[in-house]
Amino acid sequence: MEISDKEFFAPGHRACAGCGATIGVRLALKVLGENTVAISATGCLEVISTPYPETAWEIPWMHVAFENAAAVASGVEAALKSQGKTDTTVVVFGGDGGTADIGLQALSGAMERGHNLIYICYDNEAYMNTGIQRSGATPYGASTTTSPHGKESFGEDKPKKNMPMIMAAHGVPYVATASISYPEDFMKKVKKAAEVEGPAYIHLQQPCTTGWGYNPAKTIELGRLAVETGSWILYEIEEGEFKVTYRPIQRRAVNEYLNAQKRFKHLTDLEKERIQSHVDAICIELKI
Amino acid sequence: MVLKVMSANQAIAEAVRLANPNVIPVYPITPQTTISEYLAKFVADGDIKAEYIRVESEHSAISACLGASGTGVRVFTATSSQGLALMHEIIFAAAGLRAPIVMADANRALSAPLSIWNDQQDSISERDSGWMQIYAENGQEALDSILISYRVSEDKKVLLPSMVCIDGFILTHTVEPVDVPGKEDVDKFLPLYKPEHAYLDPKRPMSIGTFTDPNYYMEARHDMEVALEGAKEVIAKANTEFAEIFGRKYDFVEKYKSDDADIILVAMGSICSSIKDVVDELRDKGEKIGLVRVRVFRPFPTDEIYEAIKGASKIGVLDKNVSFSIGGVLHNEIKAKMDVDAYGFIVGLGGRDIKPEHIKEIIEKTKNPTKHSQWIGLNKEDL
Amino acid sequence: MVSVGAAVKEPGSTRKNKTGSWRTFKPILDKEKCIECENCIMFCPEGCINKDYDIDYDYCKGCGICEEECPVKAIKMERE
Repeated sequence: MEISDKEFFAPGHRACAGCGATIGVRLALKVLGENTVAISATGCLEVISTPYPETAWEIPWMHVAFENAAAVASGVEAALKSQGKTDTTVVVFGGDGGTADIGLQALSGAMERGHNLIYICYDNEAYMNTGIQRSGATPYGASTTTSPHGKESFGEDKPKKNMPMIMAAHGVPYVATASISYPEDFMKKVKKAAEVEGPAYIHLQQPCTTGWGYNPAKTIELGRLAVETGSWILYEIEEGEFKVTYRPIQRRAVNEYLNAQKRFKHLTDLEKERIQSHVDAICIELKI
Repeated sequence: MVLKVMSANQAIAEAVRLANPNVIPVYPITPQTTISEYLAKFVADGDIKAEYIRVESEHSAISACLGASGTGVRVFTATSSQGLALMHEIIFAAAGLRAPIVMADANRALSAPLSIWNDQQDSISERDSGWMQIYAENGQEALDSILISYRVSEDKKVLLPSMVCIDGFILTHTVEPVDVPGKEDVDKFLPLYKPEHAYLDPKRPMSIGTFTDPNYYMEARHDMEVALEGAKEVIAKANTEFAEIFGRKYDFVEKYKSDDADIILVAMGSICSSIKDVVDELRDKGEKIGLVRVRVFRPFPTDEIYEAIKGASKIGVLDKNVSFSIGGVLHNEIKAKMDVDAYGFIVGLGGRDIKPEHIKEIIEKTKNPTKHSQWIGLNKEDL
Repeated sequence: MVSVGAAVKEPGSTRKNKTGSWRTFKPILDKEKCIECENCIMFCPEGCINKDYDIDYDYCKGCGICEEECPVKAIKMERE
């Protein structure tokens, strides 16, 4: 795979040390190259990358609001098409809140209409920009500032919304999950997403040092633990064909993943077992 | 000149065909819908070469407009009432990002209670956004205003979006004879849009929609104030050139028998046609009554309105909108900016008919004022 | 003076902001030990390790991901 040595996302940005989102953006842009227009939803990435009068972006970039990134991208894609600039890639970066919650309608519309664009959801599993509030993508058991654990609560009591499958239900040509800790797998998927005609959706898990509560050096290790324990599964759906793209050699205990993060620290053994059996059920079905 | 009989909605679609935007994202809403339908047909028939996006909401319609405009092309959308209210957040963003979007608004009441009928509450409620606003009196003016709006919005000195407002049903669904100009004349009046300030082009990467701290935000907003004020000069020039090419002269305000008038009514939109009839009738009886129709509402033409009304002893301002507990917006703005004896009348909300006797009642109440602001045409006496 | 619409026309201009000052621990890369696996290059949130494995300390925030992900322990975090 051709990967540019060039960086299209400059340093000097204001992301936390150990930020997972910026790793994801860097890797995606290395595949997509300079003939790309990026659209961001409001969120961490947007705020840390464009503190006026500076920008970290080396490619054209636009941000309008929180919930409308996919609609803005629809307009960009249509406008480029109207000018015959069909070789320019349009990529959207939206966080999990901007994708699974407030931006879901605009995203559904853009996917259903078949715009030729790539939507990458950088999922850190809560509203991190506003200070770790629960989103539809927050996993079961996680303590956030709006789903705190307490005497009457073990934290988030609903399972994570299954965004990639919602996207797959739109019948778009390419849907994939990915993790920043598996860059080759992720970048291969970005390349496929760029090559398909029509909309592509990549749901990228990216650990967040601030929101998940771990030492910043462990960002990649946490993403790896998510995948190696079966808590986050790497797959793709190409023209309706589902395929797991990475199988851990020996699936590790979910506790290894949970215990490494402050957001799950409060869970009792019973709750952890519940999470383990939920993960087991899915992994057994997928032969992981 | 060949006149064709059409509704204001069709006239607007004809104007859009002539302006030929690259991207048209639209979402249906009564009474705007037929604009979207005419445009869809133009695209289907190849009469406009444009990307027509059937978006899933008005919020996405204006968002897609903004994205498309961000690549440096001309765009168009149309909406009404709830649709405009849904757009609200992006209406402000479009002005702040200095995108010269042109949009038609079929003026309709805002819910609740739900109403599909006309008043001007929807667009008036967006008055602080930084958009220009024109209120047309008829189909011809609606068509012409779209062309003038593109010209002004896209001017380097302005770069602010425009809203052309037409009264729902009264104009949107009423057919009148309209002169549809030729493409060559339109091309003469409306040059290609070539943005320099912001556009998405991989050959010259820039970031649009950045995050400003308190060191910059206020200047960015002040620039908008300067641009909107500066738009007055650009509008005046566009009006002059429009008249030279098309023979129809527009101004910020239209003065109708107001020069020597003792009592002047001020209003916006289609109601002005009814007022003109009443003015004619009363003039025949020797009463010195006149009308000043405010055509451009933003930028607010303080000087032009003042010049037009200052000679009257009393002024009655009709508002098809209300800012609760303070009254009609046009009335309040006139009062705020001018030392005139003006009284406000809230009329025609939610499609309430405004009959000649209501206009006469307003004239009488302007002559003998008891309150600064009152509602006219209520089923029971306004208390 | 703010540009029209607050657009930024200087791509990559966050480079003016030297985030190296955020750092408490500094990664020191031993090129003798390095096997050029690219892990540190790929995983750096700042993108401040170049293909010659030089770390740009103007921007390195000292997160320590490179040390953590180096398979041969060629990178050591040292207190500044």
